[in-house]
Amino acid sequence: MAARLVIARDLKLAFRRPEQLLHPLAFFVLVTTLFPLSVGPESSILRTLAPGALWVAALLAALLALDFLFRDDAQDGTLEQYALSGQSLTWLLLGKTAAHWLLTGVPLSVMAPLMGYTLGVPGRASVGIILTVALGSLALSFIGSIGAALTLGARRGGMLLAILILPLAAPILIFGSKATELAIRGETYVAPMELLGAIVVLSFTLAPLAAAAAVRISLE
Amino acid sequence: MVGSILRAENLHLWRAERHVLKGIDLTVCGGELLQLTGVNGAGKTTLLRVLCGLNHLEEGRVFWNGQDVRQDREGFHASLVYLGHEPPLKPDLSGIENLGFWAGMRHRVSPAAIHEALVRTGAGEFATRPVRTLSAGQRRRVALAALILAAVPLWLLDEPTTNLDSGGQELVAALLDAHLAAGGLAIAAVHHRLAIEPARMRELNLSA
Repeated sequence: MAARLVIARDLKLAFRRPEQLLHPLAFFVLVTTLFPLSVGPESSILRTLAPGALWVAALLAALLALDFLFRDDAQDGTLEQYALSGQSLTWLLLGKTAAHWLLTGVPLSVMAPLMGYTLGVPGRASVGIILTVALGSLALSFIGSIGAALTLGARRGGMLLAILILPLAAPILIFGSKATELAIRGETYVAPMELLGAIVVLSFTLAPLAAAAAVRISLE
Repeated sequence: MVGSILRAENLHLWRAERHVLKGIDLTVCGGELLQLTGVNGAGKTTLLRVLCGLNHLEEGRVFWNGQDVRQDREGFHASLVYLGHEPPLKPDLSGIENLGFWAGMRHRVSPAAIHEALVRTGAGEFATRPVRTLSAGQRRRVALAALILAAVPLWLLDEPTTNLDSGGQELVAALLDAHLAAGGLAIAAVHHRLAIEPARMRELNLSA
């Protein structure tokens, strides 16, 4: 299917120019580091703050990464060709967003427990953090793709994108940090994970449709 | 390919306050090339995009083989290829890789077929170099290979000879001649008339 070709192309392009992928990760590292700097590395405040801080940083990094989801393709006419290919634009954008998550969300998930360590998060929470950040970033990629498509061609699109997406991202933030908090305490975090999973399913079924409509509008 | 017809009726489009397309009617049959001429800003690109379905019409309809294109948008798109001002080539991929993805979205293309198409458009020598290292004319030659590989009846071309030397312009004319002879049809926005067989050529001047 053509969606598979889209995923293959985006992955290939990313590996030819990997610098772009480092920016969101570097941002994530920097933002998480700001928390122990501001509240002191040994305080109990930091320990309480840790799950939320981790997720806010992950959210902002994912938002930054959304900036280049469609930008290059919109500028060089590839998006136009997708709309004219005779293939379902919805499926093609689903493929693009999935590839984008593989390139940005997965590294973020792997980085997260490492940054958690600087926030005083115990090692036993690592698996939980990786899983929840993976799910949360996946949902965010799809929800964000709607915003990215809507802000194509808008100046200062990145700021507008953040304003559009942050309210929708709030549930992900809430469930994600709840799950991380439970993982830190060593308790089961299945409940918030399932809710995150539900958001993922909802977003990857509906978001590509909305994104495709928004892309068509931007091509006019 | 034989017997294809594209017909447009009463096309109107406004861009903000400007009435860009004022009731355009056109019919193009298999074996014909319609050249769109007119000054800059006359609406040539807009008309092409409207025919593709990229821009929405205020009024008017487009028919492909008798059927309103809005009824089967994907089927219509599968029968056409649109080559705009800038060829949509990824700078970090080579010509062959770009075409593999571009043409491959419609149907399987073998690497041999891609290579053959590139040789035919004179891009064989630089087919494996990343596109960012190519000149504008070389990129255009790579993009023209997509026309060969698409194997569709309708070609919509926006200034296809841009950046091409005289050899390149002959190439475009040759490609069009072959396409039209096989029953295909083409609509091209041009500044200079293309040198193809007059019997196959029609013109629509948008400045008039």
